Amino acid sequence: MAAARRNPWVPVAGLAALAAWPLLEPALPAWLQLGEPLTEVFVYAILALGLNVLTGFTGLLNLGVAAFAAIGAYAYSIATCEVYPFQLGFWPALAVTGAVGAIAGFALGAPTLRVRGDYLAIVTLGFGEIVKDVLVNLDAITKGTQGINPLPPPSILGTPLEARGQYWLYLGFVAATFLGVRALERSRVGRAWISIREDELASRAMGIRPDRAKMLAFATCAALAALSGALLVSRLSSSGEPSNYGFEVSIIALCIVIVGGIGSVRGTLLGAFVMVGMNSIVLVRLTEVLGSGAEGMAAAAPAADAGAPAHAWHFVRTWAHNVLLTPTNWKFLLFGLALVLMMIFRPQGILPPRAVHEDPPAPAPPGGGEAHA
Amino acid sequence: MLRAAAAAEQLAILALARADSVPSFAADGALSPPEVFSQQLVTGLSNGMIIALIAIGYTMVYGIVELINFAHGDLCMLGAFFALTAVGAFALDGASGAGGVVGLVALLVATAAFCGALNWSINRLAYRPLRSASKLSLLVAAIGASFVLVNLGLFWGGLPMEVFAGGTSAAAPKAFPALVEPKPAFTVGDVIVSRPDVLVLAVTVPLMLALTWLVRFTKLGKAMRAVAQNPVAAALMGIDVERVIGATFFIGGALGGFATVVYSIYNQTVGFQMGYRMGMDAFIAAVLGGIGNLPGAVLGGLVIGVVRAMSDGYVEARWTNAIVFGILILILVFRPSGLLGAKLREKV
Repeated sequence: MAAARRNPWVPVAGLAALAAWPLLEPALPAWLQLGEPLTEVFVYAILALGLNVLTGFTGLLNLGVAAFAAIGAYAYSIATCEVYPFQLGFWPALAVTGAVGAIAGFALGAPTLRVRGDYLAIVTLGFGEIVKDVLVNLDAITKGTQGINPLPPPSILGTPLEARGQYWLYLGFVAATFLGVRALERSRVGRAWISIREDELASRAMGIRPDRAKMLAFATCAALAALSGALLVSRLSSSGEPSNYGFEVSIIALCIVIVGGIGSVRGTLLGAFVMVGMNSIVLVRLTEVLGSGAEGMAAAAPAADAGAPAHAWHFVRTWAHNVLLTPTNWKFLLFGLALVLMMIFRPQGILPPRAVHEDPPAPAPPGGGEAHA
Repeated sequence: MLRAAAAAEQLAILALARADSVPSFAADGALSPPEVFSQQLVTGLSNGMIIALIAIGYTMVYGIVELINFAHGDLCMLGAFFALTAVGAFALDGASGAGGVVGLVALLVATAAFCGALNWSINRLAYRPLRSASKLSLLVAAIGASFVLVNLGLFWGGLPMEVFAGGTSAAAPKAFPALVEPKPAFTVGDVIVSRPDVLVLAVTVPLMLALTWLVRFTKLGKAMRAVAQNPVAAALMGIDVERVIGATFFIGGALGGFATVVYSIYNQTVGFQMGYRMGMDAFIAAVLGGIGNLPGAVLGGLVIGVVRAMSDGYVEARWTNAIVFGILILILVFRPSGLLGAKLREKV
């Protein structure tokens, strides 16, 4: 996976194309009207870039990153919504959200420094479930499944932004996050994160303090995830219900990071486009095609003949009518197949990070995974 | 996707309804606190044994390929649908007496074979090509497989059969017939042990003993332990590593198949989202006990089952998930490798 030298102009060109998209959109055919799904991509991109700091750079598997997004979303909602006393503007509320997110990151990171590997993964998973349940159950504060609304839209200098302005603002946030995370990667603390991932003991010997670096990684990840949560809800003008921040969101964020190329900032960004694009654009179109095709087949089918085959045909037809002909029913199947195939054909991700060194094939740790009865 | 999460919540509530109803067929509803405790303990232990059986499937696979097999819960879900289809096709719910017992045993074995074969196939198709890739790629493949299985469950629920209520609402939870009636089997003091509780014990305990025998005393078991310890060395000793891994997936899946039939009879509801809840509980149990450790999975399952039942009985069902996860986190903070897990050795 020796990475070829990458053209520095590719991201610039991509950014320019994305920035120009809303201007071109009126001239494009209907299936290329992508402003709405692309804004969703941007929100997920920020979430995944945050997760990449923790899971990609530092090597700490997090299966509950949606919890940080939920904390950010509710912090932003409570800070801005008119039913609460704070009623901050968009930008101060974002600052508060980031701070709350970072504190949440510390709060989860500090007690779990001793917990390693897959055990940490399940602690983060549990944290995600706890946050979601607490948000559901504390309905006096969070309004339960109704969600907190209305929220003020994103604004600049007091001017509320309409859809196109939000698109550019969010694109700006993605670009800033991308550059910020890249700068972090090359900074002292970023190199500390990566060295901890590669070998914690050796980095400790080199004078790195793993506990502090890990806490920082948790806080950075949580702050970015909280930011993405705040951006999500401010656009929708409602916090939505707590189950919007469930396990599936965490899983999609993780898939973005791994499919993009774990540890690679560019890869994660690209992964967000691939994964969310696949989910909200490609699959939606594909299921439409599949659905209409199947419907045509069912319509063209002859009416029941006599005998057993007719019975079987009736069975299949009813079945098709019940589930198979509804295009959205195929979504998970196609998404899952795509994930499996992507991993089989490109297990290192689309754009793997420039390798520090090739990993030797890891031998099983002695006694590590023993199934003793 | 978000609607799916809501459906999962709904299903969880339905599943809890069974747990709540246990004391209600007890004597006159007037249970004093110690009896409530014991009754919840019985429910918790029964659920815990089922969770443990599923957890063994997680922990065996983890022990041998270091994969958190995300698809395992959904595999069990498909097993439940298979069982329900078989019940409908062969009218097993109509039978009674000896025929009922034979039918039940046949159902258990057939479902186990189905789940085992399915798990073996998933390993063959999705995981085996990734043997030399990073563990995280394998994890994503498992997540993908889990999505596929959930979707297949949705399709399956749309089958136009009577047991699926005609299949017109594929996503709705389906009633699973009470093949073993929820009647008291015997009482200990004032505490009632129901017939489903007896079924749970009659299925899980022999299976766990058989698995222990298999892992400890058979050639295959020895090979499994060798591969878990060091696949390269095992291969050098002439062990067909891929065959052993395949066998592990088959056995883990088959245990899940047994468990899912008992679970469905015990809880009387199945739905295409049930895999999430089943898998989550079992996965937590496996980690809690120390992942890769078979007795640990059983202990973890019992702890989860009892904590759930106690929380349902004494706190509130809506806080149960949060309490279970809170306890899990606390245990892992103080015992970072689980209750019975080998201490992870740091490199020296």
